[in-house]
Amino acid sequence: MTPGVAKRGITLAAIAAICTTLVAATYHVTAPLIAANEQAWLERSLKPAFAGVDYEGSITAAKLILEPPHGLPGNDTAIIYRAYSGGSPAAALFAVTARGGYAGPIRILVGIDVAGAITGVRILEHRETPGLGDGIEESRSDWIHQFDRRSLGDPPAAGWQLQVDGGEFDQLTGASVTPRAVIKGVRETLLYFDANREEIFTMPATSEAP
Amino acid sequence: MTSGHFIDRLQTGLWQENPGLVQLLGLCPLLAVTSTFINGLGLGVATLLVLTCSNVLVSATRRWILAEIRVPIYVLIIASLVTCTELIFKAWFPALDRSLGIFIPLIVTNCAIVARAELFASRNGIVASFFDGLGMGTGFALLLMAIGFFRELVGKGSLFADFHMLFGGEPLAGLVLVDGGWLLAILPPGAFFSLALAVALKNHLDRKRDAARKT
Repeated sequence: MTPGVAKRGITLAAIAAICTTLVAATYHVTAPLIAANEQAWLERSLKPAFAGVDYEGSITAAKLILEPPHGLPGNDTAIIYRAYSGGSPAAALFAVTARGGYAGPIRILVGIDVAGAITGVRILEHRETPGLGDGIEESRSDWIHQFDRRSLGDPPAAGWQLQVDGGEFDQLTGASVTPRAVIKGVRETLLYFDANREEIFTMPATSEAP
Repeated sequence: MTSGHFIDRLQTGLWQENPGLVQLLGLCPLLAVTSTFINGLGLGVATLLVLTCSNVLVSATRRWILAEIRVPIYVLIIASLVTCTELIFKAWFPALDRSLGIFIPLIVTNCAIVARAELFASRNGIVASFFDGLGMGTGFALLLMAIGFFRELVGKGSLFADFHMLFGGEPLAGLVLVDGGWLLAILPPGAFFSLALAVALKNHLDRKRDAARKT
């Protein structure tokens, strides 16, 4: 080994150490703020899907994390948030993945009260075409509100389709693939809720740092 | 270097050698995030911050940086700065961070930054490098903002939508001038058209100025 190589190695190591210190210091300062932001964002994005449900405590505290295969739509991790009122179950919130979107999976949030009626559906993440498929977002159109107060029998099984396919749900101008995926995902979630109603509310919360 | 030189450096970055308009560097973030003015402003400021700091750091350490190991050192410095910027955005501008998504970490691959480190900061003093970074970064940020402004106006008929993401406060819809717009402008082809228009406009202005000088 020539002395030149050692010198270069030491220079590189010294600069790497300085850079690491810089990143570590920034992380140390920002970490609590980032954790608080994430928590606040999560609570804020979950709330609208729980319209009209009275519950106590934090929704995010009593969550179930299900790894596939779990019977819910999508083949990635599904999360169930549970809300209780006076110790008895009030509603459950499912973060699941609807497949068959125009541009990859659509992450949806489905709120279902203990009687099986939908309290709200929201889109968490999607990559659908701006101006067309993104009409599923609550901020862009009212389309997503069609699910409010619906349940497994309302409309009956055949009605859980777009009107163009003979169902009861309005289409979204310029997009049919996207809303079909969402309707299917919501219905599959309702079916899962119906089949596992007891277990959903009695299973112990998955212990994991939030 | 005199103060005249510094102003010269700024002008070079802003106009004569604008990284986006003339050198056509960093097109990936430029084309991808400029669907609204606020997105353009956010990424522009983040890039400006990283570019200025990396120029200063590369210039400050240039005595110890040997030619053979300069590239890994640039990568180290730029990657650390980008990570810090990302953490800062996540902590203080969470909504904007969500909107810009992967493009903040991707600043690290913006060739405009490594190009300035190699071409300028590694051969010039700290102050000159600072002004070079400031000029180039501002030039890039202004271009992002101009394209974002144009695409948002044409594509959505609004201006300054999602203002709250950067400056806090209540969510605002921005100034809605027309309901709906020409969708193509906010889709990817619109980004290419907008950039082409901006480059053409710059060349036109330069040519006009040259012609005026000759006569």
